[in-house]
This record gives sequence, structure tokens and C-alpha cells, in this order.
Amino acid sequence: MAIGAKRLVVGAHYGLRDWIAQRLTAVILAAYALFFILYLIVVRAGAPVGYDEWAGMFAPNWMKVLTFIAILALLYHAWIGMRDVWMDYVRPTGIRLGLLLLTVLWLVYCAIYAAQTLWSV
Amino acid sequence: MANETASAKVRPQFRNLSLAQITSYRLPAAGIVSILHRVSGVLLFLMLPLLLWLFDISLRSEGTFERLRGIAGNFFVKLVLLAAAWAILHHLVAGIRYLALDLHVGIEKEPSRKSAVAVFVISVPLALLAAIWLFGAI
Repeated sequence: MAIGAKRLVVGAHYGLRDWIAQRLTAVILAAYALFFILYLIVVRAGAPVGYDEWAGMFAPNWMKVLTFIAILALLYHAWIGMRDVWMDYVRPTGIRLGLLLLTVLWLVYCAIYAAQTLWSV
Repeated sequence: MANETASAKVRPQFRNLSLAQITSYRLPAAGIVSILHRVSGVLLFLMLPLLLWLFDISLRSEGTFERLRGIAGNFFVKLVLLAAAWAILHHLVAGIRYLALDLHVGIEKEPSRKSAVAVFVISVPLALLAAIWLFGAI
């Protein structure tokens, strides 16, 4: 049932959106993985990677932003996946809500931690 | 009359799988790929803070980078890293298969069976390479 032109108030319409988002974030992650391997090969150029080369990879701002986008994609991807797992295996509403809440907190913590790491280099 | 006797027969009932049945239930290759996709995903979700912590100390300073070499030299840490490597590889390769299936590529019975087997043919040797890379230096 629609209220006004845009707002849907009934039904699981988030299903298709999340289904697409899960695949879109998967593509972002696969692309980042491929990019990262190529970047590592370029930086490495046959020599072992020491601290300076490793930290140097994450020094440019575009690399921080790109990596953080990949991490946000990972967290949204993980959220949809874990939500599906809890919905499949945990029936009691209270426990399921608790697990969903813990999952969100866990993932938000990871996002903030990753941001701190990236912008401290 | 015939209908009445038929309805009185004890008919087999197919309920959901119980936990005790799981070990005797033979999954096709695609089923094994599917459940391992879920298992590897949950595993990575649980390992995420650990992996981010390793990422953090690898970047924080030259001192913590060297400390990481020591931490990663530990046998049990190597086992955990191998589990993470396998989980990433399986999840990635199986995920590419699912993206193809979503695009209706290889959805026929035989191609989908072959691609399920191919997931293992690709991911398991790569995981073995990771194992050699991790444990080879012992």
C-alpha cells in the first residue's frame, strides 16, 4: 500500500533492494581484490615488501578512500549475509533481534576501526 | 470407495531435515558449494576484527610491522590465517559462480554441476598454495 507517490508502508520491498545490493557489493569487492593484487605486483616489482613499501601503498588519499569504499561494501555485504543467516536459523523474535543488533554494532565497530587505521598512515 | 481406502493409507511424510540426519544426507556438489559459501561467509564475519587488527598493526609503525612477523610466525596464528585464506578463496570463487547463475549463465543441470565442481578445482589448490606459503617457512 502506497502513501503519497513514493512511500511504501507494507510488504518486504527491501528484499529486492538488498538482493541487488549484495551482488553489487560483491562486484565491488572482487574488483578491489583484483586491483589490490595488481597494485601489490606493481609496488613489489619482484622485491619483498617491507614496512615502507606497505605503508606507502596506503599513503595516497585516493588509496585510503578506495580501500574504505571496499570496506563499506564488505560491511553492507556482510550485513545482508548475516541477516539472512539469523533469519534462517533463529526463530525467537527476541533472540533474533538481539543478534541483529549485535551484528550491526560489530560491523559499525569494524568500519570505525578500519577508518582509524587507514587515516593514521 | 477406492478414494476412501487410498486416503486411509499411511503416507510418507517429508519434514525438514533434523540435525541427526545431516551426516547421512548426501548433497550434490552444488549443495556443498552452497553450504560452504555460507560457512565461509560467517567465518569471515567472525574473523573480521582480528583481520582488521592485523591490518592495523601492519600499518601503525615499523615496530608493529616487525611485531606482526613474530605474531604471524606462530603456528596457531598460521592456522587461523589459513582458515581465513580458504574462506576468502571459496567465498570469492563460489560468489563468481553465483553471479554467473544470476545472469542465467550455466543454469542447466550439467553445466551447473560442472561449475560447482570447478569451484573446488580452483579454490582448493589455491588454498593449498596459501598453506605452502604460510607453513613452508617452518
